[in-house]
Formats: sequence, C-alpha cells, structure tokens
Amino acid sequence: MGRFIVRRLIGVVLLLIIVSAATFAVFFLGPKFVGADVARNFCGRVCNQQSLVEVKAKLGLDKPIYEQYGAYVKGVVAGRDFVTGTDTTHCSAPCLGYSFKTDQSVWFLMKDRLPITFSLAIGAALMWLVSGVAVGILSALRRGSFFDRAAMSVALAGVSLPVYFTGLVALSIFSYKLKWFVNVHYVGFTSNPALWAKNLLLPWICLAFLYAATYARLTRANMLETMGEDYIRTARAKGLPESVVIRRHGFRAALTPIVTIFGLDLGGLLGGAILTETVFGFPGVGKLAYDAIATQDLPVVLGVTVFAAFFIIMANLIVDVAYAYVDPRVRYG
Amino acid sequence: MQHDPLTPTKGERSTSPEGRRLDRVTAPLDVEKSALQADPDAAVSGLSAKAVEGRSLRQIAWMRLKRDKVALGGGIVILLLILIAVFAPLIVKLLGHPPNDFHQELLDPTLLTPKGSFGGISSQFLLGVEPVNGRDVFSRIVYGARISLLTAFLATLLSVSIGTVVGITAGFFGGWVDGLISRLMDILLAFPLLVFAISIGTVIQTANGSVFGLSGTSLSVATLIFIIGFFNWPYIGRIVRGQTLSLREKEFIDAARSLGATNRHIIFKQLLPNLAAPVLVYSTLIIPTNILFEAALSFLGVGVRRPTASWGSMLSDAVETYQIDPVFMIVPGVALLITVMAFNLLGDGLRDALDPRAGR
Repeated sequence: MGRFIVRRLIGVVLLLIIVSAATFAVFFLGPKFVGADVARNFCGRVCNQQSLVEVKAKLGLDKPIYEQYGAYVKGVVAGRDFVTGTDTTHCSAPCLGYSFKTDQSVWFLMKDRLPITFSLAIGAALMWLVSGVAVGILSALRRGSFFDRAAMSVALAGVSLPVYFTGLVALSIFSYKLKWFVNVHYVGFTSNPALWAKNLLLPWICLAFLYAATYARLTRANMLETMGEDYIRTARAKGLPESVVIRRHGFRAALTPIVTIFGLDLGGLLGGAILTETVFGFPGVGKLAYDAIATQDLPVVLGVTVFAAFFIIMANLIVDVAYAYVDPRVRYG
Repeated sequence: MQHDPLTPTKGERSTSPEGRRLDRVTAPLDVEKSALQADPDAAVSGLSAKAVEGRSLRQIAWMRLKRDKVALGGGIVILLLILIAVFAPLIVKLLGHPPNDFHQELLDPTLLTPKGSFGGISSQFLLGVEPVNGRDVFSRIVYGARISLLTAFLATLLSVSIGTVVGITAGFFGGWVDGLISRLMDILLAFPLLVFAISIGTVIQTANGSVFGLSGTSLSVATLIFIIGFFNWPYIGRIVRGQTLSLREKEFIDAARSLGATNRHIIFKQLLPNLAAPVLVYSTLIIPTNILFEAALSFLGVGVRRPTASWGSMLSDAVETYQIDPVFMIVPGVALLITVMAFNLLGDGLRDALDPRAGR
C-alpha cells in the first residue's frame, strides 16, 4: 500500500510540472503568438520604448521563457527573491509570484478568497451528494412510479440547465420578486454563521442542482443494474429482509462508481465556481481568476490554474488510493 | 506490432462500465453482430442465415428508437433547430429584423428597457426587444442557434475523430503505445478545463489582426471549436480504448487474423464498425455539454466575439437588466434548455436502443 501511494505521488509531481509548464507556455508565449504584447498593458498611458523595457524587466518578461519558468518552479518549491533596483523582496514558498496589476502576492490573494470558494463548494457538494443519491435510489426502487417519472424529468431538466441561467432565475424570483434573500453577498462564517448559510443557500442550490441531477440519474441506473444481479437474488433467497438486501448488498455496490465520480467532480468544481461566483458576485477564487483574466494579470491566472490542477490531481489520487484500499486487484495491477 | 490475442497484456482488465458492458453482450445479438461484421460476404450465407432472417444492430436500434416517443421528440426538435440554423437569414428576413440593427425608438428613454409588457413582445418583435440597444431578440436567438450548433457539432466532430483514432491505437497496439497515450489522456484530463479555456480565449481576444488567416468572429468561433474539441477527446479516447481492448479478444478478430487479415483490415473493417454504436451514443451525449460550454465561455465574455449573437452572451447582457426586464434573460435561457434537453433525450434514447443488453 505504501509503495503504491509513493508511486502515485511521483506521478502527481510529474503531472503538476507538465500542467504548469503548459499553462506557462500558453500565457507567456500565447500573446506573442497572436501578436500582442503583455508588457504594454502594464506600461501606463505614456508608454515609450524605455518604459516598456523597464516594465518588462520589472515583470521578469525580458528573460527567456525557460528561465522564467525555472524561477517560477523554484519559487513554488523553495521561495525566491525579487530584486527591483536595490530592493530585494523575499517571497517564501509556496511563492506564486506577484500580481502584475496590484503587486500583491498571488498566494495571499488566493488565500483570502479560498474560504469563499470552499464554503460554496463543500456546501453544494454535500447537498448534491445527499439529494442526488437519495432521489436516485428511491427512483430505482420504485421504477416506473409517478415519483420515478417526475424525479427523472426534473433531473433531465437539471442536467440541461446551466448554473448561469438557474442562478439568474433564482435571483430574480427569490431575491427581487419575493424578497426572501435580499442583497445576497458573502458573509464570513466566523462573523455571522446564520447569515453565511442564508446567503449561500441560493448559490448552493443552483450549483448543486446541476450535479444532483447527474447523480440521481447515475445512482438510479447503477442501482437498477445492481438489483438485477444474481447475488441480490441469493440474498433474498436466504431470507434476508428486503431493507437489508437494499442497504447491505444493493446500495453498497451501487455506491462505488458514485464515489469515484464524486472525487473527480469535487476536484473540478473550481470551474463551476467561476460561473457561480460570477453570477452571484461572490469574490472567491473563481471570480479572482475571471477578473485576472479580464485584466491579463498572468501570474494570478497562472496561480489559480496551477492550484486548480493540483486540486483535480489530488482528488484523482484520493479516489485511486481509496479504490486500492477497497480493491486489492488495483494495488498490484 | 503483432499482438497474440490469446495472451492478455497488462492493462487488459477494463474497469470502465462501458468495457464491462461489452464483455457481457448477450449471446444471440453478439453472434449476429460479429458474424455480420466478421465476414459479410462469405460465411454468413450458410444455411441458418437464410432460414432465420438476421437483423443488423442498426435495424434493431431503429425499431426500438421508433417506439421511444420521447427520444423521437428530441430528434424532431433537433431537426427543427438545424433547419432554423441553416435557414437563419431567410427566417429573419420573413419574421424579424436584421440581428444587429438598433431600434432605440422602442425603448423607454430613461430606463432603456423595452416599452410595453413582456419585454416588448409584439407581432413585429416576436420575442421582444433587447434592453439598452433595442435589437430584435428573435433574430438574435435564430442567429445564436447557428453559432451554438456550429461550434458544438464541429467541436464534437473534432474530439470524436481524435478520440477514436487515438483510442483505437492505444487499445489495439497496447504495450508502450498504450502506456504513452494513457498518460497523455491523464494529463489532459487533469487540466482545469474552464480556466484554461478562458485563458486561451482571452489570449485570442487580444489578437491584433489575423491568426491563421482568421480574424474577428470567425477567429473566435474557430478558437472555441479547437478548445472544446481538443480538451474533450480524452473522454471518448478512454471509452474507445476500453472497447477496443475487449473487442480485440473476441473470436471474430481471431478468425480474421487466422485468415491472414492485416492490422489495417482488422482496424478498419472489424473494429471500427463495432465501435460505431458507442461512439454515436457518446457523440450525441457530448453535443449538449459542448453547447453549454460554448454558452459558458460566451457568458464569461471570452467566447464568440460581439456583436455576433450567442445565447451565452445574451445571458451575460441580461445580468445587467434582469431585475427590470426578466423576459430578455428567460428567452436565451429557455432556448438553451430546449436545445440541450433535446440532445439529451435523443442521446438517452439512442443509448437504450443500441444497448445490446436491453431486452426490449
């Protein structure tokens, strides 16, 4: 087991290097490729040749790309020193550089916004997991009933509805028409837990709706498949009560693929967070990325991308380890 | 590289549900299918084939699909949408106004929202008037269908082509080729797709002049197609690889090989026809995802370049005004919902119809 994890961890590091290098290439070579100059955006109104060179030197854009990337990786692992004229600023690990726009540390920018994105993600994830799986199981057990048909119709609409539409509809109905949620904005958990939950409720529901629909459909399909297996018949034949058959034999087997997908979805949730945070105006990591992209603030975008990739890869790893723990065949495969 | 079909190589066990599904293909159908495709000319023309009329998978699937009213409904809606997209200029000429014409006389001069109720819906403006600029919402929805379907179809085509080629290569040749391709797919799947797509979109938006001889709207559409198509192929690649791995061990492949068939023949004449069903189902199911992806990017302002109409950018315009004019938000949202749902319904129906396990 230990060796398996070590092997996977080495893979994680390699994967992170590749993802960050590719991202780096897109951001720093991409503009050149389409004939735009990044430095010009940060050069101010009076931009002559000399100030352009200064800006480039300040942003580190004057060095060749591989040197920039090398310095970046070193910064993430061991921290790095930024030298401007005679001043030296030490940026300790994990150093993701400084914003081109505001000169703030990218790591601190992200750290400030993480609680918002985590609040959004974890709340929504719990909501969709519980509701999606519950609805899926009930539908499977009462296949063809009114509940099943109604739930699956709603779920079908759910997978077809983007969060940027449900979010707007929810806001216009519950916030502006009915005034149940007035002035939806993020409030820190520590300052006011009740308001925190109340203001997050709409974003949670909107984000969770999409996933819950997928999970309900998936759980239903898995459950139907499992309940048709021979060992379920055996379990029934040996006289187990139906509730035990469902819980011990049906549900457990049907749940395994759900766990896999849950890990992956949780890792990829940052994408959903960008849209949700934009619609609801929550200043989370997703919104940070979106704003940084709009202003071409490359270090911030790069930081968020690498962070998001790290998240996806770690989620993958956790799923794999959990699987290896459950299923010994995977460990030695 | 010649692979001995009797000795399974490493990575043989297909853990994907699709892989498992194929292992469990029910006997009569499988025999029919493989016999038909293993040797369409010679062997089948034996005794039994004449006595019992064999049905191809396509016939069975069509029979089942015809009975599935919901899926058929989805299919009809899709056909209508395609017609709307193709004949957009004609439809707009007959029923609307040019999509980029401003009609400020129809707006309230202080609020800049449409005069009249329900977003200014009238016999002249079937779906109302856009706030602020006063463009015809109907025309923009019709032209938006073009962008939406065009990007989704071409992106799907791109990812399905790459995915199928790469998946077959990995599954068929196995060994280090498979290892390399599988790692590549892992890497691509670990990319935070939306963040990455937004950044490439931004870089392209800053383009001065033309790139690859494209500029403006066509450049942004081409970029969208490329981003969506390129990052989605590993999903289909995995499925095709899994299917190929299990198909490779089937008897009809052994038979073809012992008759001296080349790899080329096996791949194109034996494997590809058997992969058609899962690839078709998967394609129908990723088109709606791609439509939503295009809309999301346009919503974030890095998709189709304005003023070209896109449902996503209409929704993002609606963010400013939905509190006073909800109709302008609802119309593109419902257009998206109908389109995506139609594809999902058809995709579900196709999957059920082509699933050999389904006994219906």
